[in-house]
Amino acid sequence: MERSVTPAGWQRLRRELFASRTDGLITLVLLGALLALGGGFLRWALFQAEWAVVRVNSTLFAVGRYPLDQQWRLWLLTALLAAATGLTWGLLRGRSWPRNDQLATVLLAGLALAAPLFLQLSLAIQARWWGITALLLGLRWGAGRWGDRLPQGWRRWLPLQWPLLYLLGMVLISGGLGLMAVRPSDWGGLLLTLVQSSFAILLCFPLGVALALGRRSELPLLRWGSVLYIEFIRGAPLITLLFLGQNILGFVLPGGLAPDRVWRAAWVLTFFAAAYVAEAVRSGLAAVPRGQMEAARALGLPVPQALIHVVLPQALRVALPATVGQFITLLQDTTLLSLIGLLDLLGVARTVMANPAFLGKNAEVYLLLAVLFWCCCAALGLGSRALETRLNPNTLSAARA
Amino acid sequence: MAAAGTTPVVTPWWRDRRWIPWIVQGGVALAVLVVVAFLLGNLVRNLTAAGLLLSWRWLGNPAGFDISETVLPYDASLPYWRALLAGLANTLRVVVTGLVGATLLGTLVGTASFSSNGLLRRLARVYVEVIRNIPLLLQLVFWYFVVFLALPNGRDALQLPGLVLARSGLYLGWFTDPLHLSWAGPHLEGGVWHAPLRLTVEFGALLTGLVVYTGAFIAEVVRGGVASVPQGQWEAARSLGFMPLQTLRRIVLPQALRVIVPGLNSQYISLAKNSSLAVACGYSDLYSVAETTLNQSGRAVEVMLILLGAYLVLDLLISALMNGLNGLVQLRER
Repeated sequence: MERSVTPAGWQRLRRELFASRTDGLITLVLLGALLALGGGFLRWALFQAEWAVVRVNSTLFAVGRYPLDQQWRLWLLTALLAAATGLTWGLLRGRSWPRNDQLATVLLAGLALAAPLFLQLSLAIQARWWGITALLLGLRWGAGRWGDRLPQGWRRWLPLQWPLLYLLGMVLISGGLGLMAVRPSDWGGLLLTLVQSSFAILLCFPLGVALALGRRSELPLLRWGSVLYIEFIRGAPLITLLFLGQNILGFVLPGGLAPDRVWRAAWVLTFFAAAYVAEAVRSGLAAVPRGQMEAARALGLPVPQALIHVVLPQALRVALPATVGQFITLLQDTTLLSLIGLLDLLGVARTVMANPAFLGKNAEVYLLLAVLFWCCCAALGLGSRALETRLNPNTLSAARA
Repeated sequence: MAAAGTTPVVTPWWRDRRWIPWIVQGGVALAVLVVVAFLLGNLVRNLTAAGLLLSWRWLGNPAGFDISETVLPYDASLPYWRALLAGLANTLRVVVTGLVGATLLGTLVGTASFSSNGLLRRLARVYVEVIRNIPLLLQLVFWYFVVFLALPNGRDALQLPGLVLARSGLYLGWFTDPLHLSWAGPHLEGGVWHAPLRLTVEFGALLTGLVVYTGAFIAEVVRGGVASVPQGQWEAARSLGFMPLQTLRRIVLPQALRVIVPGLNSQYISLAKNSSLAVACGYSDLYSVAETTLNQSGRAVEVMLILLGAYLVLDLLISALMNGLNGLVQLRER
């Protein structure tokens, strides 16, 4: 491939940037502004910013006040997650290494090499990160190469590792089964953010689907009940509902039955997101022609089966982008936990900056959080788009043909 | 088929099509009623035990706390309901200005993504993608702590024509006498800025955060709306001799509005609800006043009812206005 700027390249550049006199002026002004901004930012990031606030507190940002002698459980969980990811990835792709996979591999390896150096972690912890990354990439390679030798029965049951791993992860994090209990109030940082958002995402989805079906039901009681719930939740700001969860739940549940503050917030997030997911799913249901249900009924399927096997698969495919959009919003909404005094990523950031040693280091900390959230949300969005093309019947049949 | 003597098949009642709907609904209603009765029973019992049974008389007691900036006149000796009203007025103030600002910014960025200039188009995309993937609360604390609280004071303040940005506030010039077009800009007196219009940095940070965040979503709505107008409309206008900006204003936007207005409605409502994050940058909106009220009076249920009711009314109001607007822009067929 010719990479140097060809006459065609020049022409394209000219058409894009200097098509007319106004366009040229706009381009020059924008370029000047961009250069000034970018230069200023680089000067700040390289010479003025003091990244010690991130280096010193990296454990706090990752897990909060999780007891030091129990942190091996989180390392084990991370290693298991990496193994499961590598295995699934390898089995999905087989021996082929498409361009996206190469890119992801380079990114992962680069991150594993660069991040510990930037954070100046101790050698023992650096080695752990390198080990975990090697495990992930090694399993990707191994499963891709020899995965087809696994018996078919085994491969069918392998996706079950994810729910099992989730339950195991909850046990590892909170304790039980012989492990020392770690109270939820000691979880913090990225750990708390991920626990809260994954819990809410997993539970709000079935709840949302049920509400969407209820809203389209022919039974008036179910319909009006669902409408009432959805509109009530959507009419209130999340912070008032979180506040309600913290202040009223103690009154409406008998003493001792009310969950811990962390779990209260998790349930509020779940019930809140369910109403929005319900609206996303409802738009998907509306896109399925009425004839689908009628045809399924005419073939003798009872209503629940017709819903599960015929209507919902089509509706959920249509609703996928909007639903994932809601999940992304949910992930972002976990920052509100810091307003009710929980130590999620933003909450930890606030406590760190209240420390006199790091006073006024707002910009560094907020920039780090912004990058973290941006990467998580963008990854979710990319995953949703990939899944969308995978599930699209047109591309599916094209791939099979 | 059926031989004489066999009994006819009787559908049991639990599988009878006439009964199933009622059984399902009855079951759901019973479950909901039992849960609600249980919760309400506990609520009444616990509130009675705490001596906090539902009452509204406490709203007349003096609030005893100050609110840093208000539109309505307020001081700490006024009753609770006046405090809540002042909070509501503050919320309305930021919501209304935010709506205007976000609409302007969103329209600008949304139409910029159709520019003939490639750089401008890409920058519009980058803005939307960056802003939408960062939590609003994080953006608000960024604007407040990193940008607005870092502004210099006095002589070093950021000075633009008619506008001065200082840590002590944002100073805007305004017409002192609109008839004679006499204008007063911000001026420095003994190291302190004076101007006809002063906004606090708290309000400035909240407004900036809300406008920048909602603007990105509105830009997407506008982009979708403009993209929904067929390409042929642009070409036809061009062949009639319209300039690009003229085409946008006279031909494309009126048609795009039919798609844009319903999308704007939900963005406006989410801006109104998001304004409740004001507490993160120290602005006293309805939520933050309500939180203080609850902490002082202990009246959790009543305060929650007021809060939820107020935001619900605000949402309904926006919806009603936007539905009216929607009726105006929809295609009227003969």
